[in-house]
Amino acid sequence: MTSTLFLLQRASAAVLAVAVAVHLATIVFAVRGGLTAGEVLARTHGNAGYLAFYAMFVAAVAVHGPIGLRNVLREWLGWRGRACDTALAVFALALFALGLRAVIALYLA
Amino acid sequence: MQFGFVAALLHRLSGIALAIFVPFHFLALATTLNGANALDNFLSVTNDPLVKLSETGLVGALALHMALGLRVLAIEFLGVRERTGAAVSACIGFGFVLGLSFLLNAG
Repeated sequence: MTSTLFLLQRASAAVLAVAVAVHLATIVFAVRGGLTAGEVLARTHGNAGYLAFYAMFVAAVAVHGPIGLRNVLREWLGWRGRACDTALAVFALALFALGLRAVIALYLA
Repeated sequence: MQFGFVAALLHRLSGIALAIFVPFHFLALATTLNGANALDNFLSVTNDPLVKLSETGLVGALALHMALGLRVLAIEFLGVRERTGAAVSACIGFGFVLGLSFLLNAG
């Protein structure tokens, strides 16, 4: 792993440490008595704090996941080189786009 | 037993599981674009015991991955010298606690 990717991986991990802790607490709290769209949207609709937090969460995931997968693909499957990096860059962009789309959908709904 | 190896293996396996799950999670949440009813229809699928069990595993995997990641950050950036076996056991325990908390609350 290059030093840039190493730093990006650790920096995104630090962000995710906080984000995942909040997300886990929210999950365990939110599922009590079942989960409905109404309950979810009551928390997310028009909530700027939710939008900012989860947009940051998605960005950190889009950085962290593909770099981690890159290590796995290189070390376990021996797949490396430009094709591997391009595929993971596409995966990163797809994660970011899909994640942001979901976050915005819940914000605007 | 090589606890460091166990930690690295679990960290990777939980990370792979999450990397596969997350895009589908995003797609599921985006069903809201078709209205709240669409999200409710999706959420009704999660009442299936098998789906609930899978979700429990994913919540546990997320908690485990986070705990093992915190261990790595503590070792690399804070210079923490750990008793590896105890630290890895605590991480696994944290994953179980979060998974069970989810299952008991969602059940």
